[in-house]
Amino acid sequence: MEWASQLCENRGLGSKMTDSKYFTTTKKGEIFELKAELNSDKKEKKKEAVKKVIASMTVGKDVSALFPDVVNCMQTDNLELKKLVYLYLMNYAKSQPDMAIMAVNTFVKDCEDPNPLIRALAVRTMGCIRVDKITEYLCEPLRKCLKDEDPYVRKTAAVCVAKLHDINAQLVEDQGFLDTLKDLISDSNPMVVANAVAALSEIAESHPNSNLLDLNPQTINKLLTALNECTEWGQIFILDCLANYTPRDDRESQSICERVTPRLSHANSAVVLSAVKVLMKFMEMLPKDLDYYGTLLKKLAPPLVTLLSAEPELQYVALRNINLIVQKRPEILKHEMKVFFVKYNDPIYVKLEKLDIMIRLASQANIAQVLAELKEYATEVDVDFVRKAVRAIGRCAIKVEQSAERCVSTLLDLIQTKVNYVVQEAIVVIKDIFRKYPNKYESVIATLCENLDSLDEPEARAAMIWIVGEYAERIDNADELLESFLEGFHDESTQVQLQLLTAIVKLFLKKPTETQELVQQVLSLATQDSDNPDLRDRGYIYWRLLSTDPVAAKEVVLAEKPLISEETDLIEPTLLDELICHIGTLASVYHKPPSAFVEGGRGVQHKRLPARAGSGESAESPDVGQAVSAVSDAPPAVIPSQGDLLGDLLNLDLAPPTSNVPPVPSSMQMGAMDLLGGGLDSLLGGDVGGSPAMGVSLGGAPVGMPAGLGAAPAVGGGLGDLFDLGGGVGVTAGSYIPPKTVWLPAMKAKGLEISGTFARRSGVIHMDLSFTNKAMSVMTDFAIQFNKNSFGLAPAGPLQVLTPLSPNQTVDVSLPLSTTGPVMKMEPLNNLQVAVKNNIDVFYFSCQYPISLLFVEDGKMDRQVFLATWKDIPSENEAQFQIKDCHLNSDAASNKLQGSNIFTVAKRTVDTQDMLYQSVKLTNGIWMLAELRIQTGNPNSTDLELSVKCRAPEVSQYVYQCYELILRN
Amino acid sequence: MTVLICRNYKGDVDMSEIDHFLTLLMQQEEEGLMCPVISHGSVHFMWIKHILYYFDCLFTSVCLSFVCMFPVQVFTEYFKELEEESIQDNFVVVYELLDELMDFGFPQTTDSKILQEYITQEGNKLEVAKTKVPTTVTNAVSWRSEGLKYKKNEVFIDVIESINVLVNANGSVMSSDIVGSIKLKTMLSGMPELRLGLNDRVLFALTGRDKGKTVAMEDVKFHQCVRLSRFESDRTISFIPPDGESELMSYRINTHVKPLIWIESVIEKFSHSRVEIMVKAKGQFKKQSVANNVEVRVPVPSDADTPKFKTSTGHAKYVPEKNLVVWTIKSFPGGKEFLMRAHFGLPSVENDEMEGKPPITVKFEIPYFTVSGIQVRYMKIIEKSGYQALPWVRYITQSGDYQLRTNA
Repeated sequence: MEWASQLCENRGLGSKMTDSKYFTTTKKGEIFELKAELNSDKKEKKKEAVKKVIASMTVGKDVSALFPDVVNCMQTDNLELKKLVYLYLMNYAKSQPDMAIMAVNTFVKDCEDPNPLIRALAVRTMGCIRVDKITEYLCEPLRKCLKDEDPYVRKTAAVCVAKLHDINAQLVEDQGFLDTLKDLISDSNPMVVANAVAALSEIAESHPNSNLLDLNPQTINKLLTALNECTEWGQIFILDCLANYTPRDDRESQSICERVTPRLSHANSAVVLSAVKVLMKFMEMLPKDLDYYGTLLKKLAPPLVTLLSAEPELQYVALRNINLIVQKRPEILKHEMKVFFVKYNDPIYVKLEKLDIMIRLASQANIAQVLAELKEYATEVDVDFVRKAVRAIGRCAIKVEQSAERCVSTLLDLIQTKVNYVVQEAIVVIKDIFRKYPNKYESVIATLCENLDSLDEPEARAAMIWIVGEYAERIDNADELLESFLEGFHDESTQVQLQLLTAIVKLFLKKPTETQELVQQVLSLATQDSDNPDLRDRGYIYWRLLSTDPVAAKEVVLAEKPLISEETDLIEPTLLDELICHIGTLASVYHKPPSAFVEGGRGVQHKRLPARAGSGESAESPDVGQAVSAVSDAPPAVIPSQGDLLGDLLNLDLAPPTSNVPPVPSSMQMGAMDLLGGGLDSLLGGDVGGSPAMGVSLGGAPVGMPAGLGAAPAVGGGLGDLFDLGGGVGVTAGSYIPPKTVWLPAMKAKGLEISGTFARRSGVIHMDLSFTNKAMSVMTDFAIQFNKNSFGLAPAGPLQVLTPLSPNQTVDVSLPLSTTGPVMKMEPLNNLQVAVKNNIDVFYFSCQYPISLLFVEDGKMDRQVFLATWKDIPSENEAQFQIKDCHLNSDAASNKLQGSNIFTVAKRTVDTQDMLYQSVKLTNGIWMLAELRIQTGNPNSTDLELSVKCRAPEVSQYVYQCYELILRN
Repeated sequence: MTVLICRNYKGDVDMSEIDHFLTLLMQQEEEGLMCPVISHGSVHFMWIKHILYYFDCLFTSVCLSFVCMFPVQVFTEYFKELEEESIQDNFVVVYELLDELMDFGFPQTTDSKILQEYITQEGNKLEVAKTKVPTTVTNAVSWRSEGLKYKKNEVFIDVIESINVLVNANGSVMSSDIVGSIKLKTMLSGMPELRLGLNDRVLFALTGRDKGKTVAMEDVKFHQCVRLSRFESDRTISFIPPDGESELMSYRINTHVKPLIWIESVIEKFSHSRVEIMVKAKGQFKKQSVANNVEVRVPVPSDADTPKFKTSTGHAKYVPEKNLVVWTIKSFPGGKEFLMRAHFGLPSVENDEMEGKPPITVKFEIPYFTVSGIQVRYMKIIEKSGYQALPWVRYITQSGDYQLRTNA
């Protein structure tokens, strides 16, 4: 370096002595002077003149008129002069194509110069002269240079092929240069290999389908070897090329990864990023349970973090790339949160990017730290940054539920600062928090309302108005607040006007008495005085709704809103995959695919991540439904539509007219299936007719499954009375309890899933329910009500769901039932229609209970009475049933049945047949008598025969169902 | 804005596109959202601010993002200072360099030492002598020329560790890490083969030796001369060094370190009257060590006036153009504690503009000491001529990005 400083000093002695003087000559008639000087005999003068020409060219003056004179200077043995002339040629050849031919001879000659520097210079310049006419003359010299003995010339020639291809692709193909280029991949010199790869990749981009870079394990191996030896830039070409290769299997993928990972320790960040790209891409093929996969994940984090110690511009590029990587594989950097903390002196573009990554990495584990940081940032002065920090707090609340409360209180603290834009931003995000956790943080509304006057940005005003409208019933002066906005209605932005219109309509629907005037005012403002079609249309729709059917209006305007999603502004997965393939390029900085910003055909191929090896995914989740389907053979029962009856259910609190109630979907009859097929059937046996609920019920199946399956072996083992121990939790009586089935799928009930079963315990009927919250918000205020039914079943007390039900939480409730409710005969007889209400809505479903639920404990008839009654009931009331394939002997059967309050009054043995005489009493006092015949002699004959006699013969069938159910379980 | 120099590599960009650049940049600056990558239509600009000059790279197609850093580095090494004058003075060389650095948009050689071998400013003298391409340009060892000779063969090794610390206003350390760098000045003849031994924890675990203190390096970056695959397989750092000065490796250590100089500050602002600042600095390092040239920079409001200082050691100075009090302590022994008090007046009419909360920053240097405890165990030098060479090692720890947030 010393020589350089000496030189600078020497040159610094007098500025007249330096080249900068060339920039100062700007006289008129200069061209003439230069022309004369260029044609001078004196070498020195000539060179001075060329320098002046180049200087003028650099500052943008047109010196193309001097073309012939400059070209004349080309034939010189002075390297510096030659370079300058070549520079001139590159600039002006295009505008003077005819003149440019004059230079061809010199090029051809220079390509045979003994000095490799001159040969390389000639071949490099040749390619930059974008004149069609010349190109064909250049093929011969280029061919020679591609085979030059000096690697410096070869590597330059390799690039020249790409240049030539850009000018005339056909020529390059015809001349066979592409094959020569391919041969250079096997060159002994790593730099030549690298440039050949670079040239081929460049050419391949404009030929998407050509198999130019015929990548196979052999060439890959060559490239990986060259990778260790060539310069940093060469390494990048090779790595980028490797990234386009698709390994055949995970083994090959791993072995390439192993050879690429050392590059992560390279000092050049571009090499590191290219290596990261290759690894991210090939990782896709590695099975996640592979040890190496974990190792690779661990290896990726440190180099990415180190990229952040570079200059801010580089940091920015690194952060944009990390942003992609974090979205694709958050596990890589999950422990590195603190490196993204913003420093005071970071440039704004680095700060904003860091903030974005911080939110993406936020999790329950680090949320406390993150919030403390965000709060710190929110008190800075840079408005954009502060706003984004406040927004980030809101996003944390939405992303990490456990932190929501802390986020809200942080936002309240920030509102107290009274810094205008902080307050406004905070209100905007609080609105989002309300959307995510409805009915949870409304206590802060009062504080928000205090700041109403300071809101001057449309987004904040709109957010505040939304909040007031949405929670109008809890804000005493909601009408005043909204009215205050209404005064300057026409000066507001559309966003605010629309919000205001909706909010006032909401208010009216909630407090119709006091706000009639207000709503009329806003409707007329929106419909009559506004030019905005959106506003007008919305106004008209509200108006008509309100005037024709207020109830419908309520349903429309106050409908439950979908919860906002957890992660906002995520990149769409296929785009993300494509961007991962472009790590380290401009595409990864813009987060746009190259096709979005590159003109023409170059580089717009869509890249894809390789598919994972092996069949993988589908095998990982065995389909429960399939396993179960074999058992299913019970016919699906269809509930007749009973819309007229449902009306009775609807007096809960909204009282919408009957016509608005959706008919009970047939897929909700899970309870019925349950009885018929013993629980399992219901999973698949339900009305398969394209019901979307099927998926849900399958998904919900495991909840009920284990209990049912667990019970089965116990029965099969002949354990008799013990069977019920496996049947369900908390069973005290010996009655059979079917496993819980899904009665109300979550997708039909805005995220609430209800499954349940019935049980009779110590003489009390219970409805055992499981409520699962599959929505994103908390559910509260549960209530239940039954429609009139055949046996007068009714809740004996209120539904006890004491705590709010958080997302993904399940609560089990046992609801005692009485049989003293209103009676109405149902079809089928054991059908029960239920309405469940929560803070969100009212949901309806129907289920069927086993009639054995109604068998009372004192149902054992005296023998004499039995005989008399049997005779007394007319024989047309007797029904015959067969219970097939039952391997129980009479004692076991008798014991089992007794557990469900079917009492054996007497037993008789005739020949090879046991006859059990049994009695049952229903809650409403109806007696049923049964005769059960069991074959004892013949082991092959396992069918039982059942005769049921009852004064109400329609019950018989249900009694038979109970026998089936009890004896088989 | 004037274009000092321009080289169009692919011929697919119209040179007048650059005119849009400044407009776009100004626009972004006004919006407060500057970004080092800007696009205009199908043309993309990347810029780096170097003093007051913008270096632009224009692209139309997908391109490597790191390209534009390097010309700046190379030029700086060539001309020591990169300014308008130095480019104009040497525009011929600059063009030559641009030619060699990149061809058709493909970066080629960016090692200035090698470039200097065949691109010189003395072009007007030499015409015949320079007829050979240095083999280094295309060699596997592209960073060292053959045939170097020194009378005395020596290697100087500098181990420099910078500490980055971010401390919250309540005194908790938010993040701290050490960025180390091992720099070489090699004056060795021929093509020597070097091996550097450090007390690297992974290496010691591999070889089963666990004597003494070891250091776990979180991430290591090497000069291209180091055989990366060798390091990957057995943690050996082996290389043929570049001649003269170079950075052999850098490393990052994540382990939590006690901030070497701890600052406690009380900044009390009494609106319309005064600001009172009390800063206590404590050396949290070994008593035998001494921190040199310690500077504690404390931010003050921009409208502060009439400074008064009191220090227990060193001296404090008000730098109004940076809104700072700089407290300088020439020599700060470990374990000691010093105090500085400052008092400023505030005008009765308050400044409307919101001011940020710049942190207190600290600068220092502690020689003969590395905070991580990293040590050069050996440096083996083998050359086929068999000469004896001496390695010299120097350690120094300095402040990197050392920030302590304040409450005021």
